[in-house]
Amino acid sequence: MHEFMNKNQRYYHHKEFHKPHHSHGGNNGEAENKKTGSREIKIVRKVLDVNDEIARQNRKIFAEKGVYVINVMSSPGSGKTAILEKTLARIAPAVRCAVIVGDICTSNDADRLSAFGAPVVQINTDAFGGDCHLAAHVIKTAVDNFHLDEIDLLIIENLGNLVCPAEFDMGEHLRIVVLSVTEGEDKPLKYPLMFRVCQAALLNKIDLLPHLDYDGEKAVQNILQVNPKMKIFEISAKTEDGFDAWIKWLKQKLRE
Amino acid sequence: MHEMSIAMQIVEIAVASIPADLKNAQVKRVNLKIGKLAAVVPESLRFCFQIAVQDTPLREADLNIEEIPLRVRCTDCNAEWTAHEPVFICRKCNSGSVEMLSGRELDITSIEVVDEAD
Repeated sequence: MHEFMNKNQRYYHHKEFHKPHHSHGGNNGEAENKKTGSREIKIVRKVLDVNDEIARQNRKIFAEKGVYVINVMSSPGSGKTAILEKTLARIAPAVRCAVIVGDICTSNDADRLSAFGAPVVQINTDAFGGDCHLAAHVIKTAVDNFHLDEIDLLIIENLGNLVCPAEFDMGEHLRIVVLSVTEGEDKPLKYPLMFRVCQAALLNKIDLLPHLDYDGEKAVQNILQVNPKMKIFEISAKTEDGFDAWIKWLKQKLRE
Repeated sequence: MHEMSIAMQIVEIAVASIPADLKNAQVKRVNLKIGKLAAVVPESLRFCFQIAVQDTPLREADLNIEEIPLRVRCTDCNAEWTAHEPVFICRKCNSGSVEMLSGRELDITSIEVVDEAD
């Protein structure tokens, strides 16, 4: 976690986040409160700007190397790994893939995904304080394990969590949220930021629908309220129902 | 859940912002803006902040959080409103092209310091 706080401090002038700080001269930007002897120092900085800056660097590296990066997010147990297994089976090796898998601990997911011949890097965030999300600096370090020139698609399987990963840009091109039908149709309204920042939603485990009181129309409606532009695929990683459309769309994105 | 990372990042930024001429400065207050849609729970952040400030010049600091409403604008008909629900469909023209004007902030705006040597 400490590595998250690198010492690369930059100062910003009031609201101009994009410009480096310049000298004001005198005591500008500091208000003195004579009564209490306290002094207010203006900062105006995004708390996560260190992360955002590294994400920009990542994005630049990915662009130079021609790597398309997707960030797959969901709550735990929604079927991310199963979806990626079936996705890799369909697109690799024609599409040269690599995978970064985040987990608080264990390498189970990485072991499952390595079976497809794509290089897999496992990140256990307990080394970073048991963090609940992957952040840009972790990805920057992880990609050193790959020959980026030989990769077309880098898939980041984020930690199971619908809250925190939504706040952390990693330099990816596409964000995908997986929601399994067993989680209920109200999740998009409970975790709006996640559904707002993603471009596609995979509604997984539709093979279980006969056993559930899940209202599919309501789920889609809830997603579209938060994000009217969301591309939605109803799939089953078990039966591969809906996979043709999802894979076709993904390949199309890769060509864009 | 990631409030601890955020609390530690706030402490880091605040400490780095203490002017060099204030050797014994204590930060009394940290002013933050948090957007309504930011994935941060203020109560959880306050709790983590209390832990993160230990053994730092912020150990007595209050965390002052200004909550920023979710303001949105329809890019088709230019209607603007404050959204109280996470619904991004235009109330006027039903368009789905609604952009966020504010509500995702997670900004540190200022710190208030006293120099104990004064």
